[in-house]
Amino acid sequence: MTGLLEDGVGPSPAVRQETLIELRELVVDYVLSGRRVRAVDHVNLDVGKGEIVGLAGESGCGKSTIANAVMQLLRAPAQVTSGQVLFHGEDLTKLSTEQLRKFRWRNVSMVFQSAMNSLNPLMRVGDQFVDMMKAHERISKNDALARAADLMETVGMDRSHVRSYPHELSGGMRQRTIVAMALTLEPELLIMDEPTTALDVVVQREILQQVQDLQRELGFAVLFITHDLSLLVEFSDRIAIMYAGEIVESAPSDELFRRPLHPYTVGLMNSFPPLSGPLERIVGIAGAPPDLAKPPSGCRFHPRCVHCDPSSHALYARQTTERPVLREVEPGHFVACHLLDTP
Amino acid sequence: MSAVAVAPDRTLDVQGLSKNFPVPGASLLHRQMLRAVDDVTFTLKQGTVTALVGESGSGKSTVARLISRLYTPTGGSILYRGVNVGAMHGKHQLLEYRSRVQMIFQDPFSSLNPVKRVDYHVSRPLLIHKIVPKADVLDRVHELLDSVGLVPAEEIAKKYPHELSGGQRQRVAIARALAVEPEVILADEPTSMLDVSIRLGILNLILDLKRDRNIAFLYVTHDLASARYVADEVLVMYAGQIVEHGPTDDVLQRPMHPYTKLLLSAVPNPEAGLHSHRLAARPKTDLAVDLVGCRFAERCPLAVASCISDPPVLLERRSHHLVRCPIIDPST
Repeated sequence: MTGLLEDGVGPSPAVRQETLIELRELVVDYVLSGRRVRAVDHVNLDVGKGEIVGLAGESGCGKSTIANAVMQLLRAPAQVTSGQVLFHGEDLTKLSTEQLRKFRWRNVSMVFQSAMNSLNPLMRVGDQFVDMMKAHERISKNDALARAADLMETVGMDRSHVRSYPHELSGGMRQRTIVAMALTLEPELLIMDEPTTALDVVVQREILQQVQDLQRELGFAVLFITHDLSLLVEFSDRIAIMYAGEIVESAPSDELFRRPLHPYTVGLMNSFPPLSGPLERIVGIAGAPPDLAKPPSGCRFHPRCVHCDPSSHALYARQTTERPVLREVEPGHFVACHLLDTP
Repeated sequence: MSAVAVAPDRTLDVQGLSKNFPVPGASLLHRQMLRAVDDVTFTLKQGTVTALVGESGSGKSTVARLISRLYTPTGGSILYRGVNVGAMHGKHQLLEYRSRVQMIFQDPFSSLNPVKRVDYHVSRPLLIHKIVPKADVLDRVHELLDSVGLVPAEEIAKKYPHELSGGQRQRVAIARALAVEPEVILADEPTSMLDVSIRLGILNLILDLKRDRNIAFLYVTHDLASARYVADEVLVMYAGQIVEHGPTDDVLQRPMHPYTKLLLSAVPNPEAGLHSHRLAARPKTDLAVDLVGCRFAERCPLAVASCISDPPVLLERRSHHLVRCPIIDPST
């Protein structure tokens, strides 16, 4: 199985004509004193041009490792053991340092959770835009500052904030500044790794609405990584759910929300108490995510799965010994679960 | 202690509580004060969870810290079973208060000493407050771990914090708080650093402890859905003030204050979509400035001229449902 979604699945076929980023059988290991911990295990994932793809999962499931692999930011002890990261069909692992330097910000840029704390506290915000632009193109300082001011405006801030120091801005404003900076060179893909987790719900919504408006206007693709499934359903076209280094389910957002099939996805959905409607005691998912240094045998979710029952002998044997494979169970809806491939 | 007669279920009364912080960087001569908590009044009752919700910087954590005496209030009072906590003197009285009122913090990764085992953390309060004879301490530690779902307790007791998951560490913090048999637990965002699948376990534990041990909880959070799940009463805080206060379902299903409505509309809702509610991006209120009128006025879609000039008062507009906004219509 190559690309996860090959047959034009997504909310609108028009935006899925061309694949921008393609992860093929990607394996990333963390190697520490001879021990090998597999953080990403044979993952296939596509992001089409102009598409918003959500990647959800709990901490340690490998979602941030994937973001760093796309940016080619993995450093020892992490290593890409096998597989490919293709950008417009070109293998990113083969790029030289100089090619990568040009690739980042220009082709793909990234906003991460603590990005708002990564601004240089001693430099005015505008000057930090100038530095980044000058690293990529010939541009005068005045032109660069003018463009920085334009960009600040597009993310809902005042032009005058180019003269601010980071400490003069609130967390939300700093994160907006980072989004503006990430969009400066008009990249084709914006990766957002928990971009609003440290922010309030109101600020979070403001920033994401802004990003969605800009995305519709400029047409860049987004890989949005978060543990907040309800936010993801609102924001993305398609969602992939990761558990213990693997993608266990992937489907268009609406479909995933209305008909989650993997027991882990169902459990995640049931982990959020409702804000309206009847309220009853909910249990979420029993247990905790596995230690990837010694992952469970068979299906990695089986120790926490409500459908894993030793009295159904045949199924139990498969669940505990055999790794389920990601299969297309409905057009565009992929699930890796023995329940769905056992007749 | 000269206790005033109070209803037996009123464990803790907070009356007109205020806390000012000096604004950093301001001149020493004309020191500006930031009004982090301004005239906050509420009661914590036995076997009841009271949620204190609001955005970061609203002062909600400061309220919890004032009650736990990590900060000294600028004004107002805290009454524990009718006794003014501010007037308590001597080591003995304070020790007593601190054993009755326990706090659980947001970050279970930094609230446990990494070089000490779980049994150390849970046995320390037992020894300090002399809860059980020394010989029985270990048994009680196991009992406590068991009661917060950390099983097998004998094994968990021997582990170091780094060997536990985030959810397990938060349970250790709760077991440690329970060791002194508190009547009040102040939980400051106890689930916000935990994975989604773990959070519910902690919320369910709070519900169980409320029922089984009759503890009064103050649950500080920015997550309205979890507040609805555990709380009997909700206090909504904005810029240091309580803007809405009432029974959970009334406040969250039929909110009156424009700020509560804004908060509710910002919560992700897969049914509705990201653009279902357009939020107006407006500046945040500067707490350092002495505002005469409503602190929310400059962000409020309903604001009229009188909002800027007249201070709004917290009034009961529906049964047991208080709102600090004179212009809303309580019937809608």
